Amino acid sequence: MTEAVITESELQAYADGRLDAERGAAVEAWLAARPEEAERITEYRRITEELRAAYDPVLDEPVPERLAQALGARARWPRYAAVAAWFALGAAIGALAGWQLHATRPAAPLSADIGLVMARRAAIAHATYSPEVRHPVEVGADQEDHLVAWLSKRLGTPLRAPKLETAGYSLVGGRLLPGENGPVAHFMYQSNQGTRVTLYVRTEGVDNRETAFRYAKEGNVRVFYWVDRKLGYALSSAETSKDELFKLANAVYQQLNP
Amino acid sequence: MNETQRLVDLIPRLRRYARALVGDRAAADDLVQDTLERAWAKLHLYRRGTDLRAWLFTVMHNVHVNRVRATRPTEILEDEMPELAQRPAQGDGLLVRDLDRAIARLPLDQRAVLLLVTLEEMSYDEVARALSIPIGTVMSRLSRAREKLRLMMLGQTAAAKLKVVK
Repeated sequence: MTEAVITESELQAYADGRLDAERGAAVEAWLAARPEEAERITEYRRITEELRAAYDPVLDEPVPERLAQALGARARWPRYAAVAAWFALGAAIGALAGWQLHATRPAAPLSADIGLVMARRAAIAHATYSPEVRHPVEVGADQEDHLVAWLSKRLGTPLRAPKLETAGYSLVGGRLLPGENGPVAHFMYQSNQGTRVTLYVRTEGVDNRETAFRYAKEGNVRVFYWVDRKLGYALSSAETSKDELFKLANAVYQQLNP
Repeated sequence: MNETQRLVDLIPRLRRYARALVGDRAAADDLVQDTLERAWAKLHLYRRGTDLRAWLFTVMHNVHVNRVRATRPTEILEDEMPELAQRPAQGDGLLVRDLDRAIARLPLDQRAVLLLVTLEEMSYDEVARALSIPIGTVMSRLSRAREKLRLMMLGQTAAAKLKVVK
């Protein structure tokens, strides 16, 4: 009996159960004489089963409202309404707080005040972690690539840890924090004198336009914060002057937007 | 049934594919949302009577590729990018721990083919049309994706055994 010639494509089709009876039988006969190949195809089938077991449950999840609403003009309204509500709320808070706006870049009036909550959370995170001597970060700067890859994956967007050596600060490391929009990346920097600065990076729920730098002070923590499309940033320190922090914020911004 | 209802009915399948493609739940739903908005805006380009599902997955593929190109310059887009040689050693924290991560390590082109074949159960012809690639490319990407996943799984098993044996 002469043996049939079996191609790799046919083996794939066999793994997917897509060969007709005749070719299927030919592949089976071929595999019967090749246990290693047979084992390989068995594992391919197992992978398919595992994929289905892992992801088929998604089919039974309730569909988020926003997805159904993405079909049709009607869907546009809730988004704009939400932004408008933020704007109104922000204007009220802004009037009360009377914060300083640093118009170093073209300001976007639309989302002017979304960042206040972020500034507060960043200040709290700074106050919590920067005094730590033994455990200031979860992942140290010696594993910077891993740190950035990990935080990028968790935030679902590519991040970078700005390099602030020229400004006298080096990366200590970073950690993951909970935030109102999901996971937050938190990078810590330190100067030779031991002064610490932290950069809080969160994803924004909506794709905002750029905002100008803004400044807030929470207790003794100074915060410069800004929003750059899908990411919100807040740079905090309790130990630097406002001017120095502003320079660092500019350095961070310029590195992230070369 | 009109197209809108059929699109709505396809959302769970888009979500399943997106979840496997990008891993993270919120990011996957963002991709689905962008896809649906794009599909809605381009619905006039869809030819009635042709396969709406294939058309929708084509839209999603294009949206995803554009997003990846725009935001993730480091994502592996093409077939011939780094092989498994960079699989990290045990203990460096990036060990491939589960299927999710293993899939994420496949080049995007291979991942898309594998998921359309296994999860969506598209025919090879349909995959070729959805991704605008020749069928021979579909087969070679499918083959490579599976072999890489298999080796990653073997690596995990080996690592797990090592751990137990010490």
